Amino acid sequence: MVSAPPMIDDRHGPARKVRLAGPLPLDSGAMLAPVEIAYETYGHLNAAGDNAILVCHALTGDQYVASTHPMTGKPGWWWRMVGPDKPIDPARHFIICANVLGSCMGSSGPASIDAATGHQYAMRFPVITVGDMVRAQAMLLDHLGVGRLAAVVGGSMGGMQALAWPTLFPDRMRSVLAIATAARHSAQNIAFHEVGRQAIMADPHWAGGDYYGGEPPSAGLAVARMAAHITYLSEAGLTEKFGRRLQGRDEKTFGFDADFQVESYLRHQGLSFVDRFDANSYLYITRAMDYFDLAEDGAGEGGLARAFGRTRARFCLVSFDTDWLYPTAESRAIVHALNAAGAEASFVELASPFGHDAFLLDTPDLLRVADGFLRAGESAV
Amino acid sequence: MTRPLQSRPALRPDLALMARMVTPGTRLLDVGCGDGALMAVLRDEKQVDARGLELDAANVAAAVARGLSVVQGDADIDLGHYPAASFDYAVLSQTLQTTRRPDQVVDELLRIGRQAFVSFPNFAHWRGRLSLLWGGRMPVTRLLPESWYVTPNIHHVTIDDFRALVRERGWSIDGQWFLSGDKETTHAGANFFAEHAVFLLRR
Repeated sequence: MVSAPPMIDDRHGPARKVRLAGPLPLDSGAMLAPVEIAYETYGHLNAAGDNAILVCHALTGDQYVASTHPMTGKPGWWWRMVGPDKPIDPARHFIICANVLGSCMGSSGPASIDAATGHQYAMRFPVITVGDMVRAQAMLLDHLGVGRLAAVVGGSMGGMQALAWPTLFPDRMRSVLAIATAARHSAQNIAFHEVGRQAIMADPHWAGGDYYGGEPPSAGLAVARMAAHITYLSEAGLTEKFGRRLQGRDEKTFGFDADFQVESYLRHQGLSFVDRFDANSYLYITRAMDYFDLAEDGAGEGGLARAFGRTRARFCLVSFDTDWLYPTAESRAIVHALNAAGAEASFVELASPFGHDAFLLDTPDLLRVADGFLRAGESAV
Repeated sequence: MTRPLQSRPALRPDLALMARMVTPGTRLLDVGCGDGALMAVLRDEKQVDARGLELDAANVAAAVARGLSVVQGDADIDLGHYPAASFDYAVLSQTLQTTRRPDQVVDELLRIGRQAFVSFPNFAHWRGRLSLLWGGRMPVTRLLPESWYVTPNIHHVTIDDFRALVRERGWSIDGQWFLSGDKETTHAGANFFAEHAVFLLRR
């Protein structure tokens, strides 16, 4: 292949941020303007403009998909999937990952300044949906000069965005890779999120959301994270990692310190989370996930098949046998709807001890499947 | 890009036979597609739009990793979600005898595909008959290599059994081929001499 000179401009690269005039019409009926989007890109858009891959992040993820996180100093959250010689490779792909609407890593969210008042939005930020996140991403693609994506890829809430993309922009992607996800939030999913939200709102520092400039509701947010973190792991994984082992002691203390290793681990997860995440963003994004239901215009599989009826994208769904947050049955329901819609679909349930978090962890089969699926989409345009 | 014929490992004989018969550029659903060997050949050499359904996760992962569209699922359960007449062909190779309700699975194949290829090991092959007749034991042969207690083949079927089912359901036979020692063998006495049968059916 003749290599065309790569298109480089200051819109492309790591640690970018753009303020788009908007307005962005939201599902709630509200208008958001301006729309700020923080994002990273890796690799170069080719001359044909057909090698762009949008990576969508999960609830507490961010745009640092394959670069060192500026606050934690840790490697990008999906370094196993994105990077040189990985399935999503900057040598082949123009890779885009944007902080979702409502989040707190630079994109418009409750901690942003409301131009109308000059103060933080806090709870005056409009309630957003997964569809709104996707529409904001589409605005970013317009800004970047990307027309049709080679693929949109994501796990968990990133998978919800990946699935919402072809229902909102049926012709704008060749391939959809959705991992450990669902086409709607179940009652159990909503219930866990409500526990987290109530923990935040019960923290006196939350103050109706107007805590910016003061003490944030760290205790509430930490509890929310602890509860959620349990849902990301498997029972067997927790047992293997911690069992009933005690933390730094030989005997039970007959008190309420973190006697058990699993308690200590969860407390650490909660405490380290509050340093990098905004409690109001946690409220807004969990709400967006709870509202998510691609089959909303018609019950069950028929509605879901109709949602996918207009796209010609090819799909790949992956679930994990120990993921009880978004269990295999959810992916299977999506595949049944895709089959009913006549869409080209692949689906596999992979074995992993890691529960829902398997999509982020060492799961070699996932990388093989993703690589094969993406390459097949590139060879047959 | 079409790869040269020599570069791929030889297809299993029943699959090679089907691959020869399939019209180029058609749509095909391979039920129980394994690692996608037939689908890959049809895609690369006949520009067939091939989709697969396979029970085993490792096989599905291998097939998707080679760029094929394969869904992990169960022929007994998941075929109902495919729309009628959505494929030119539905293929069931060496899977019939492993399904809970082979008759219903073939019926589904003929609903989803205009035509259906069905291949299965012939339980009435003379070696199996000898094993039962003289040894008094369930046959363990090259094509039926597992003992009765581990075999996934829960509905053993002979060529004459299958023909009777086809007659009873009023399906039509568009083609039938018989294999012995990986080579095509005569129709005469197929129920005795053929290790393997391939049928092409339509409703």
